[in-house]
Amino acid sequence: MRYSALSVFLNGLRGNTAWKPAWREPTPKSHYDVIIVGGGGHGLATAYYLAKEFGIRNVAVLEKNYVGSGNVGRNTTIIRSNYLLPGNNPFYELSMKLWEGLEQDFNFNAMVSQRGVLNLFHSDAQRDAYMRRGNAMRLHGVDADLLDRTQVRQMLPFLGFDNARFPILGGLIQRRGGTVRHDGVAWGYARGADAMGVDIIQDCEVTAIRRYKGRVTGVETSKGFIGCSKLAVAVAGNSSQVAAMVDMRLPIESHVLQAFVSEGLKPFIDCVITFGAGHFYVSQSDKGGLVFGGDIDGYNSYAQRGNLASVEHVIEAGKAMIPALSRVRVLRSWGGIMDMSMDGTPIIDRTHIDNLYLNAGWCYGGFKATPASGFCFAHLVATNEPHAVTREMRLDRFARGHLIDEKGQGAQPNLH
Amino acid sequence: MASLIPCPHCGQRPREEFTVKGAALARPAADAAWELWFDYVYLRDNPRGRYDEHWHHTSGCRRWLVVTRNTATHEIEGARDAAARKEAAQ
Repeated sequence: MRYSALSVFLNGLRGNTAWKPAWREPTPKSHYDVIIVGGGGHGLATAYYLAKEFGIRNVAVLEKNYVGSGNVGRNTTIIRSNYLLPGNNPFYELSMKLWEGLEQDFNFNAMVSQRGVLNLFHSDAQRDAYMRRGNAMRLHGVDADLLDRTQVRQMLPFLGFDNARFPILGGLIQRRGGTVRHDGVAWGYARGADAMGVDIIQDCEVTAIRRYKGRVTGVETSKGFIGCSKLAVAVAGNSSQVAAMVDMRLPIESHVLQAFVSEGLKPFIDCVITFGAGHFYVSQSDKGGLVFGGDIDGYNSYAQRGNLASVEHVIEAGKAMIPALSRVRVLRSWGGIMDMSMDGTPIIDRTHIDNLYLNAGWCYGGFKATPASGFCFAHLVATNEPHAVTREMRLDRFARGHLIDEKGQGAQPNLH
Repeated sequence: MASLIPCPHCGQRPREEFTVKGAALARPAADAAWELWFDYVYLRDNPRGRYDEHWHHTSGCRRWLVVTRNTATHEIEGARDAAARKEAAQ
């Protein structure tokens, strides 16, 4: 069924009893052309674009839990393409362009809202760095504007401009950035892929990868053996665990990142704001809750929960940026497991096994990348060639010394 | 992550007093092959379970510790002074 205003109206007249489930619950076939491990945003997007752009429809997505139970349902929903480095920027800009047409493309309301992403700066040096990044963005054809203190004050008068340690001097804004309803992205891609014949198999955990003469022949799962011609892995925080099934060690550590939502408030933040003197980012959801987050906790973790020390740290930074937050109550917090790579940049590449493909290392920036990640990973799986914008996101870049270190932190994954 | 870390010098102390560094790995010799250095700098086992990690008791005795904990449950098995560990290895 195609969703439209008319379908909502007609179904409403019939008491909303005629809606069908958005995707099937198929039993696994014995063999697929492509198996995608991981039914998160990236895995589902990969399946969608494999079917839509490359005509490969004999595809299964295997998800150990339910669709969207991992990081695609746990992030702070921000999209942006305000990156500095040439190895990164065109990729994220492709993602932004895909976001802009996504809802029409997969016929699902993902609530893409280009409300702007504003990065605050607090010192002359930081202004220079932001100006450099803004110029790099414009050279790549991405929108960026540097705002001075007065312009920021007109936009957001409630910020702590005169903070003694971190006065706000201005900000770099990408007006095309914004937020997206994160679950809607998973559901939209799942529904779109399913409609083109992709089997989305939930509660199906991959326990081993079967190989014969140096090639993958299929996967052992909690629902039995499933054969495949190509295996594509997009499992975020569990990347090292799946790679270990084929004796691979990755340049990745798994870390926990927490996110938070406050009680519902009247609308007062109409964009995404990030604090430049600490790590804090906030937007206001359509329900009125403030959705915010900060740094990863810093220690390796596979538990989807964090530590109070980090909660305190995030909220202190938020309070420094918006003093009025001191009286806001937090409703809940949660954690997701990030695949932190050694240079802070993802990997979309082939592996030493001919028909095994890897999509990993998203750190805590995976959500905004979902459409381009799926598109480029599908390109790689279908053609065996990297998409032009992921040419530098290679697995061997660490050994070759061609890192893409946006933050300049070196091989210290908990600092990226 | 557990709320308390058992410092071998100071006893049970709140986690806020400590700073995490990362995986406690054996450093290769200065003239070791580049593959060994590559492995040391970039590749990780990243286990789900028992894990040795360097923590600094920043707001306490300022000693570097090796904390053994479980990355799936966050339980801490024990902590020892990083220098003691080095001596044990020799």
